[in-house]
Amino acid sequence: MAVQNKKLNLKDKYQYLTRDMGWEPTYQKKEDIFPHEDFEGIKITDWSQWEDPFRLTMDSYWKYQAEKEKKLYAIFDAFAQNNGHQNISDARYVNALKLFLGGVSPLEHGAYQGYAKAGRQFSGTGARVACQMQSIDELRHSQTQQHAMSHYNKHFNGLHDAAHMHDRVWFLSVPKSFFDDARTAGPFEFLTSISFSFEYVLTNLLFVPFMSGAAYNGDMATVTFGFSAQSDEARHMTLGLEVIKFILEQHEDNVPIVQRWIDKWFWRGFRLLSLVSMMMDYMLPNKVMSWAEAWEVYYEQNGGALFKDLERYGIRPPKYQEVANDAKHHLSHQLWTTFYQYSHATNFHTWVPEKEEMDWMSEKYPDTFDKYYRPRYEYLAKEAAAGRRFYNNTLPQLCQVCQVPNLFTEMGAPTKLSHRQLVHEGERYHFCSEACCDIFKHEPEKYVQAWLPVHQIYQGNCEGADVETVVQKYYHINIGEDNFEYLGSPDHKRWMSIKGEKPADENQDAA
Amino acid sequence: MSIEIKTTSMEPIRHTYSHIARRFGDKPATRYQEASYDLEAKTNFHYRPQWDSRYELNDDRRTAIRMDDWYAVSDPRQYYYGAYVGNRAKMQESAETSFGFCDKRNLLTRLPEETQKQLLRLLVPLRHVELGANMNNSKIAGDAVATTVSQMHIYAAMDRLGIGQYLSRIALMIDGSTGKALDESKGYWMDDELWQPMRKLVEDTLVVDDWFELTLVQNILLDGLMYTLVYHKMDDWLATQGAEDVSMLTEFMRDWYKESLRWTNAMIKAVAGESEANCELLQTWIDQWEPQIYSALQPLAEASVGIDALDEARAELSIRLKKFGLQSRGVSA
Amino acid sequence: MSQLVFIVFQDNDDSRYLAEAVMEDNPHAEIQHQPALIRIQAEKRLVINRETMEEKLGRDWDVQEMLVNVISIGGNVDEDDDHFILEWK
Repeated sequence: MAVQNKKLNLKDKYQYLTRDMGWEPTYQKKEDIFPHEDFEGIKITDWSQWEDPFRLTMDSYWKYQAEKEKKLYAIFDAFAQNNGHQNISDARYVNALKLFLGGVSPLEHGAYQGYAKAGRQFSGTGARVACQMQSIDELRHSQTQQHAMSHYNKHFNGLHDAAHMHDRVWFLSVPKSFFDDARTAGPFEFLTSISFSFEYVLTNLLFVPFMSGAAYNGDMATVTFGFSAQSDEARHMTLGLEVIKFILEQHEDNVPIVQRWIDKWFWRGFRLLSLVSMMMDYMLPNKVMSWAEAWEVYYEQNGGALFKDLERYGIRPPKYQEVANDAKHHLSHQLWTTFYQYSHATNFHTWVPEKEEMDWMSEKYPDTFDKYYRPRYEYLAKEAAAGRRFYNNTLPQLCQVCQVPNLFTEMGAPTKLSHRQLVHEGERYHFCSEACCDIFKHEPEKYVQAWLPVHQIYQGNCEGADVETVVQKYYHINIGEDNFEYLGSPDHKRWMSIKGEKPADENQDAA
Repeated sequence: MSIEIKTTSMEPIRHTYSHIARRFGDKPATRYQEASYDLEAKTNFHYRPQWDSRYELNDDRRTAIRMDDWYAVSDPRQYYYGAYVGNRAKMQESAETSFGFCDKRNLLTRLPEETQKQLLRLLVPLRHVELGANMNNSKIAGDAVATTVSQMHIYAAMDRLGIGQYLSRIALMIDGSTGKALDESKGYWMDDELWQPMRKLVEDTLVVDDWFELTLVQNILLDGLMYTLVYHKMDDWLATQGAEDVSMLTEFMRDWYKESLRWTNAMIKAVAGESEANCELLQTWIDQWEPQIYSALQPLAEASVGIDALDEARAELSIRLKKFGLQSRGVSA
Repeated sequence: MSQLVFIVFQDNDDSRYLAEAVMEDNPHAEIQHQPALIRIQAEKRLVINRETMEEKLGRDWDVQEMLVNVISIGGNVDEDDDHFILEWK
C-alpha cells in the first residue's frame, strides 16, 4: 500500500512491479489454483514476508542478458573460426567436456523445466517470478552449452549424442537420478535441493573445477561460457539463500522438514560431485587445485560460514558432513581407479596418470596417495605395457540411491567398503554408505522405483545380451572411437597430427 | 618471392551432433536447431512425480492433443535464448526512450484528472490479466515436453511479466511513483463491476489442467480478442479522449502481439493439421471458451470504444481460425 | 570462527573500477587477482556504493549494472538504489 505522497524506494517499487500484480482469488479457490503447495507439510503463514532476492524487472533483464549474449557469441564464433580447439593443453582435457555435456548439460535442461513448474506452483508471486527468471536462465545455460560444445563435437569423439546417453548410460544415471529426485519432489523440496543445496552450498564445487579447468587448459569457449553463466548464478545463489531463510522463518514446524532435506541433498550432491572430483584431479592436464583443496575451501570454509549463519534458525550442518570431509583425501582416486577399468563402457577415455601427475598427487595427498593409490596405477601401467590393459568385464553393483558403484570406503578405513544393505518388502537393496541407506529408509517408496542401469542390462532391457551390444546399440557409444584407453585412440592420434607429432607407438592398439 | 603461410587444415570429423543429424541429416546445424531439438529426457525416469503421479516427469499425456512428433511444432522466429533476448533488448530500448520522453515532458501528469482516471480504470488493470498470462505460460512451459514448444512459452511468460510492468509504470508515472494510482487501479480489478467477468475468466484459466487447451485459450483466443480490442481499437479511442500520448507507451504491446501471431499460428497450423481428432478437440475448446472471453471483454468495450470494435475483433479472430479449419462465433461486422 | 563474505568479478575494464570503489569503501577487505577474475573478500560485511562508483567512472551508474560482471558471491544480499551489501549476521 502506498504511503501518501511518498516516493517508492527500490524495494517497494519492485514489489509493485511484481507481487502487486497478483491478487486474492474469489472466483476459484486458492487451493485449486495452487494445488501442490501443501502436501509437503511446509507451512507458509505470510507470503508478504518474502524478500525478493534480485530486483530485476524484465526490461533490465532483457537489456543486461542481451549484452552478455552478444559478448558470448562473439567468442564462440571467433573460437570456431580460428579452430580454437587446437589451443587446448592436450586432447585428454576434452574428456572433461564429454563428462560435462553428458552429465551436466541435461541437468540444465531439467532445471529449466523444473523452475518453470515451480514458477507456477507457489502462491507467492515474488517466489514465482524468481523461479521463472531462473527457469529462463537455465534454458540459457542449456542452449549456450550446446553451442559452446558444438565445435568440439566436430573435432573430437564422445560428445555426439549426450541427451540419448544421459537417459541410458550406467554412470549417467548418477546425475539423472539426482535431478529426477529433485523434480519429482514438491516445490519447497525442489527449491531446497537445487536453489539452496546445489546452487548455493555446493555450486563452486561444480563450477570451479570445470570453468577454471577450462581456463587453465586453454579452452576459451568453455571459460567464456562459464564466466557468462556465473553472473546468472549470482542471482540463483541469492534465491537459494532467501528461500531457505523464508521457509525457516515462516513456521517452526518447517525446521525439521528443512533439516532433513538439507541432510539428504547435501549427501546426494556430494555423491554427484564425486564424478567431478575425478575430473578435477585426473582429466585436467594443467591442474587447477586438488579436489581436497577445493572441498576444503568451497565446502568446509564457505559452508562453515553459511551454517554458522543458519544456526539461529535451529539448523545444524548436514549430517555425515564429516564423512564427506574425510573422503576428500580418497574420493577422486577411488573414482578414477574404477572408471579406468570400465572405460569400455564410457563415452570418454581414461588413462594411467603420467609420472609428473602422480608426483603432484603425492604432494597434494600426502597421507593417502602413495599408500593406497599409486601402487594400483603402477600395477595397471605394467599390465598395459604388457599388452593387458585392464578392463573389468563384471558389471558393478550400483547404490540404490545415488547410483554410483559401491566403491566408497569407511571413514578411517580406506580398504573397507562402506557397503550397506537392507530388506524392504521382501527385496534386498544395496547402498554405498550409511548416508544413502538413511535416505532410502526415509522414502523407500520413492527409491524402489529407480531405473538402475546395471539391473536393467541384466534384465534384458537394454537391447543386448552382452556388454558390447548394449554399449554400441543402446548407449550409442561408438566402439573404438568414444571408448577405451586414451593412448592410441582416434582422439589421441588426431591430436598428435595437429601437433605435428607421431604417436610414440603407432601400432599400439586402443584396446 | 612469395610468402606462403602454412596453416594446419583441420577437417571436422562430423558436421553436427548425432541427434541433430538423425533429424536433419549430416550437415552443419543452425544455432536454433542445436539449441532446441531432442535435449530433454525422454525415457527411463527414476521416480514418479510426487505432485502428480499420473504421469512421468516428461510426458506427452498432460494434454489430450496427440502429435506423432511434437517437434513438428517449431518457432518461425527461430528464437533460442540469445536471439530472444537480443530482440527484446531492442524493443525495450525503444520503449525506454518513450517512457523517458513521456516522463520528462509530463505528458501523463498534465492530462485532466478524468482522463487519468480512465487510464487507471480501463487500461492499467490489464496488468493483472498479464500476470494471469504469465502464470499460464509458465505452467505450459513446465508441462510441454518438446523444447521447441516449451521454450516459446517461457519466452511468452516473461514477455507477459514485462508487459504487466510497462502497464504498471503508466500508473507510476501518473502518481509520481508513490503507488497510489496502482492501488486505485487494483481496486477496480478487484471490485469494479466492469472487471469482474474478466477477473473470473482469468481465475478460470488458472485451473485449466490440459496445457494445450490453456495455450489455445490464453495465447490465441483471449489475446486474439483482447490485444486487438485494447491496443488497436481502444488505442484509437484514447486519442479521441485526449490521451494520444499513451500510444507511445503501448507500442511495445502492438509490436509484441504482431510478432506473437507468427508462432501461435504456426503452432495451431501444425496441431490442427495433424488429425481430425485434434481438430475436433480444438473446436470443442473454442466453442466453450470464445463466447466467455467475448462476454468478459464486453464491459470494457462498452465503457470505451464501443461494442462494434469488439465485434470487429471477434470477426478478425474468426477469419484467422478459419485458415486452420476451425471456426468461432465471429459474425461478419 | 571466521565468516568471510566475498564477491568475484570477471577481470575486465568495468570490474577494475568496481574493485577500486570496493577497496576504498571497505578498508578491511582483501583483494586477490586470479586468472581472468578478481576476488574481494572481507570479514562479515562488504558494501558497494553507487556514489563511489559514479565518482570512479565519471558517469551515472545503476547498482544493477554490476550484475553483468559478477561471477560469484557469498553472504546475505541487501540491495537498494544506492548500495549493494553482502553480509553475515
